[in-house]
Amino acid sequence: MIYEGKQKIWSDYQKEIPDDHWYYVRSCIRQNFFPASERMFTEITQKVLGKDVYETPYHTTCGGIAYHCDTIPQETVMTIVARQFALMTEAGYENYCPSCITSFGNYAETLETWREFPELEAKIRENLWKACKREFNKPKYLAHSSDLIYHWREEIRKRAKHLLINQETGEPLRIVEHIGCHYSKMFPHKGVGGAEYPYVLAGMVESWGGQVIDYPERRHCCGYGFRQYHAKANRGYSLSNTHKKFESMEPYKPDAIITNCPGCPYFLDRWQYVIAEQTGKTYGENGYGIPVFTYEEIAGLVLGYDPWDLGLQLHQVAVEPLLKKMGVEYDPKAKYLGLNKEDIMRPEMPNSIKCC
Amino acid sequence: MKENVVIIGGGVAGLEAAKNLHRLGYQTFLVEKNKKLGGHVATWHKLFPDMASTKAIIKEMVEDIKDVTVFLDTQVKTIESAHGGYQIAFSNGVNVHAKAVLVASGFELFEAAKKEEYGYGIYDHVITNADLEAWMNGNKDKRIPASPKAIGFVHCVGSRDLKAGNSQCSKVCCMTAIKQAIEMKERFPNAEVYCFYMDLRLFGKKYEDFYINAQRDFGIHFVRGRVSEVSETIDGHLQVKAEDTLIGRPLKVQLDMLVLMAGMVANNQIKPIVEQAKLEIDSDGFLKSSDNITHIIESGRDGIFYAGACTGTKTVPETVAEARAAALAIHDYISGL
Repeated sequence: MIYEGKQKIWSDYQKEIPDDHWYYVRSCIRQNFFPASERMFTEITQKVLGKDVYETPYHTTCGGIAYHCDTIPQETVMTIVARQFALMTEAGYENYCPSCITSFGNYAETLETWREFPELEAKIRENLWKACKREFNKPKYLAHSSDLIYHWREEIRKRAKHLLINQETGEPLRIVEHIGCHYSKMFPHKGVGGAEYPYVLAGMVESWGGQVIDYPERRHCCGYGFRQYHAKANRGYSLSNTHKKFESMEPYKPDAIITNCPGCPYFLDRWQYVIAEQTGKTYGENGYGIPVFTYEEIAGLVLGYDPWDLGLQLHQVAVEPLLKKMGVEYDPKAKYLGLNKEDIMRPEMPNSIKCC
Repeated sequence: MKENVVIIGGGVAGLEAAKNLHRLGYQTFLVEKNKKLGGHVATWHKLFPDMASTKAIIKEMVEDIKDVTVFLDTQVKTIESAHGGYQIAFSNGVNVHAKAVLVASGFELFEAAKKEEYGYGIYDHVITNADLEAWMNGNKDKRIPASPKAIGFVHCVGSRDLKAGNSQCSKVCCMTAIKQAIEMKERFPNAEVYCFYMDLRLFGKKYEDFYINAQRDFGIHFVRGRVSEVSETIDGHLQVKAEDTLIGRPLKVQLDMLVLMAGMVANNQIKPIVEQAKLEIDSDGFLKSSDNITHIIESGRDGIFYAGACTGTKTVPETVAEARAAALAIHDYISGL
């Protein structure tokens, strides 16, 4: 592997990311899957870094899931997108930041389509006006929320309480970075680092002391793939995709996986349990799985937040092995206490994959 | 000596035209931007279909122009229409008034790193067709393993690829891949050799014979399908994914090295001359001829002619034939025929 070759590509795919004043929209599903990630994003950006990141409860789905499941016409999706832009415009912002990778791809695709076909944009403006009497400006800048954390990664490093370094050995932790398919595979220039060797997560890992692993199936889908999972008959295909990735990354002995998509951490996390139940095989050390994180969770750990405040108790694969390697202190007894310190009950322990 | 003629480019087109113009009695100036004559062909090892040594061919061509004025490591600085010809200033300080100019500026190799999915410049054992020829010429290349057991060739890298901005077929890559595959099989008889192709364009004399030999006598595997991605395994091998469209299934193979058949693209270094001489660029980026059937060597401007791959992708025999035709056309033009 020629690292300088990757650096050349990374330098070719940099995007302009304004340093402040962002209109933030949450994902439909992330708050259910990894509930503290988006809250941690606003916590880090607003409170730790002091940035103007605005959000409103009036935004809706972008329609991306239905679009990629082929159950909704593109014009309908575009009208939903237009309404989101109208909310941004009404709030006085021009930099748009979605939390969801599919939304990011959806917005990028919509803007590119309007650029190619201005008559379609005019029609969508008319649709929006007829539907809810709103008007909108197109965003001046579009960035995924992982782009922003990438942009501010050195600011986070300056405030770091823990690094991605094994406290026992002093070696960098070995991190698999997994990018959501809709981040840059459709429009390579919209993503930091492009489509083939994305740098958005790799840059965070490097800044925070870790070592990025490149393995043969790095580019492969996490297994979600929308219809691979939502059509129940296809779920074996979803699982086999995930299985392929883990078989490929296993020889590199990764300490953790970092992701930037709503679906990827969920499937990489949950399917490890299913693979273990079906085959008896686990991919981490000593019968554990490989812990999977969102970039906000990793940023939170680096900044010294309590792992249970980050919602890490809701992961299927135990996160404790990574916490120990990073030297993060945690109270095992507090793992299943809610914010009000009351017991939120314990999950049933699986048979084949070790959990704490 | 008769009138001055300037030839821009010292590849096979420029060399062949210089020889013929000199024989016709013209004061011929050959200007080459590099320090050696021979262009791309001089960097090659052997040429199909005769497996002829390029070293011998270029040596003979250079000997044939020993009485021609050659400026190496020199470029055209300015070119202006003047006194029924062209006033040309070279970067070496020489000025020449030429009655006619022959542009033989050739092509550039497609930059293989632009096809990021193949990992040229990223993975340790991915090389180009040009790298392989240089290695066959004796240059050391640590990207080529000492005894590879599996070798792949990817056809059409940057050719017939709208995403890469090139719609043209490079004409020679199919045959070059087959030639190089056979050469590697001869050097490494135990290696499995794969050619990944879109379709094989084997139009020239004996090309089809090479293809048959490659399959029948050398056991080279031809896979009709495009490579989708290349990655590196933990032990430094290459994992190549492709689609085999003949059996309708995806394919994954582990290789020790991969050769990218980088195609021909227009030579952008000629652009300042194009602008000054008010020449036209065609939709494929190459120089635009008066027409592409009977006047391909004519620029449409009085006294400026073309030869070789400056107007589009060409084989060496086509280039040599065009160079001779261009020399004769210049003679006719100056003679007022």
